[in-house]
Amino acid sequence: MLAYIIRRVAYAFPILFGVNVALFSLFFFVNSPDVMARQNLGEKRVTPEQIENWKREHGYHLPRFFNAGETGWSKLTQTIFWQKSMRLFIFDFGKSDSDNSRIGEAVCRRVPYSLFVTIPIFLIGMAIGLVFAVLAAFYRATYIDAALLVVCVFLMSIPLMLYILAGQYLLAIVLKLTPISGFARPLWIALKFLVLPVIIGVVAEFGSGVRYDRTIFLEEINKDYVRTARAKGLGEVAVLFKHALKNAMIPILTSVVVAVPFLMTGSLLLEKFFGIPGMGNYLIDAIHRQDFAIVRAMVFLGSVLYVGALIAVDVSYTLVDPRVRLK
Amino acid sequence: MILAEQVKELWANWYFHDAIVAALLTGAVWLAFRLRTREYWRLAFRQVFRRRIVTASFVMLCLYSLVAVLDSVGYHPALRDEQGNARTNPRTGAVVTDENGVSALDVVLTWAKIRGTDETSYSAPLAAAALNLETTVNAQGETVREPPPLKHPGRHLLGTDKIGQDVLYLAVKSIRTGMILGLITTLLAIPLAVLFGVVAGYFGGLTDDVIQHIFTVLASIPNILLIVAFMVVFGQGLPQLSIVLGIASWTGLCRVLRGETMKLRETEYVQASEAAGVSRVRIMARHIMPNLMHIVLITAVLGFSGRVMSETALTYIGIGVGAGTISWGVMINDALGELTRDPVVWWKLFAAFIFMLGLVLPANLFGDALRDALDPRLRTE
Repeated sequence: MLAYIIRRVAYAFPILFGVNVALFSLFFFVNSPDVMARQNLGEKRVTPEQIENWKREHGYHLPRFFNAGETGWSKLTQTIFWQKSMRLFIFDFGKSDSDNSRIGEAVCRRVPYSLFVTIPIFLIGMAIGLVFAVLAAFYRATYIDAALLVVCVFLMSIPLMLYILAGQYLLAIVLKLTPISGFARPLWIALKFLVLPVIIGVVAEFGSGVRYDRTIFLEEINKDYVRTARAKGLGEVAVLFKHALKNAMIPILTSVVVAVPFLMTGSLLLEKFFGIPGMGNYLIDAIHRQDFAIVRAMVFLGSVLYVGALIAVDVSYTLVDPRVRLK
Repeated sequence: MILAEQVKELWANWYFHDAIVAALLTGAVWLAFRLRTREYWRLAFRQVFRRRIVTASFVMLCLYSLVAVLDSVGYHPALRDEQGNARTNPRTGAVVTDENGVSALDVVLTWAKIRGTDETSYSAPLAAAALNLETTVNAQGETVREPPPLKHPGRHLLGTDKIGQDVLYLAVKSIRTGMILGLITTLLAIPLAVLFGVVAGYFGGLTDDVIQHIFTVLASIPNILLIVAFMVVFGQGLPQLSIVLGIASWTGLCRVLRGETMKLRETEYVQASEAAGVSRVRIMARHIMPNLMHIVLITAVLGFSGRVMSETALTYIGIGVGAGTISWGVMINDALGELTRDPVVWWKLFAAFIFMLGLVLPANLFGDALRDALDPRLRTE
């Protein structure tokens, strides 16, 4: 078990290195630093000197992989690949291309705001999803199940954008229950601003969550061990919650743990519409300003979190399902 | 203009956009004919179409596909001057044709008076007059301030937008964009995911490690971030977006299939086949893949609607199909600014939403029914 975990963590490095190389080729081969300079300088007539200055200022003047002008290790380290890509491994994200602010600091400042929104959505959404899925499984093949399914499919067919628009219109403008958007510093004041985005996030996830969980439950319910449990005289509630739930947790775990990185990166749309100064807003700003340094940092950070989550999935498989053997 | 001349012009300048759409279409027809001969699938489809709402969904999907195909085939008409003569290039003498082309759908819409009925600005659905006020002098010589009458009063079922385009026309033209985003990506994603997922899950060991390394590198970039990185480098556009959605979608399915295969590998019937000396390829093809098909199907159909919808969000954050393409996302995006107008211009948002729902809801319903019918474990008879 421990050996497995150590091996998986060791595997993570080549994977992240692969991500790094992919990112590097995307941002420095497909797209050249000259183009980046021109986009960021944004003026009509840009002289070659200005471009050269901008590149020097942001460290893009170095050669890509090998600096023949240096000596010793500097031949490798004084390159774009080392400075801009490899340094991501020690979480040195460098400076933003557009305003020279330190990306690492901005990330640390913004992650908590994203978590304020995503964690409640995640927890409430998962709990509600599981409860309704078990309910659907309990009342399977009745009108309750059918009606719930229709509602789910309908809710799933609406894009998040419309949930946000409808939610803001109904709850904030018509009923005046919550503020339309905004954020405040201390958490207890911020709570009233968080209610609406959390409600919208939960409702938007409801359909797909319940439907997915229900499918898994129905698969479990037709299995032999469930029949055995019933035969031994257990009530339907015990069968569903103790026996089926445990087995259903395997596929559900995958879908849940895989969502973990998005808790940190936040919801782009929710943060933008509600003016929450989290990571989602940061990324959207970076897209609008063509700030590739921020995009690179965010992609790498997202990948690190994702890889970590995947290791957690495989380890958790062994904890909940003894049939899965880790060799 | 004589018919023969028209036909000649049509023949000289016809086009069929997207070889992939054509390939998809022939593939679907071929698959349908092949599956008709298989008892298992015939039964499954009989079960699917027993429910009326599913049949309705299927008809709806066919209708949308038809519109998308009609919109993919067309011709580049010659540009004409006021007298109706074709314009020619003064140097080469060649006839100058319209770059954008006219699709078969455009011809139908022109005939239905939905296309080519542009106004100058906003007008409400079925209105006779525009929204804005204009100062004019009426017959009695009084200066009045009232909305000017439309050029095509009562013709705009869903009103017109800021620059006077018919909203119904925009919504119908968006269908092709939506279908491409939903389907091309699936075409890219499924074969890759099945092949790699099953092989990795079944063989395990080194094969698993290698395949896992390949797809994990891609998969470990969260989809939205992969799309962002790809789109900021390549810029907005429909081809770029379809490709990156394809790249983004195959790895998730691949991981699920690998996990499922790992579980199936341990089942009695697979082990019995192994003991009986059935070849590994045959075990994968005959015993494992059929038990994964429902996952592939549900993922493909779920992914379909998700991708069609994701376009709205991506367009909003500035990495969508771009302003030059007609799509529901662009429509919704334009509509956001119009909601704060007085009176509220709601019809563009409404039209985009209804037309998108008309594709996404049937896709979800049909996928659901198909899954219920295809999953051997959920099957009732």
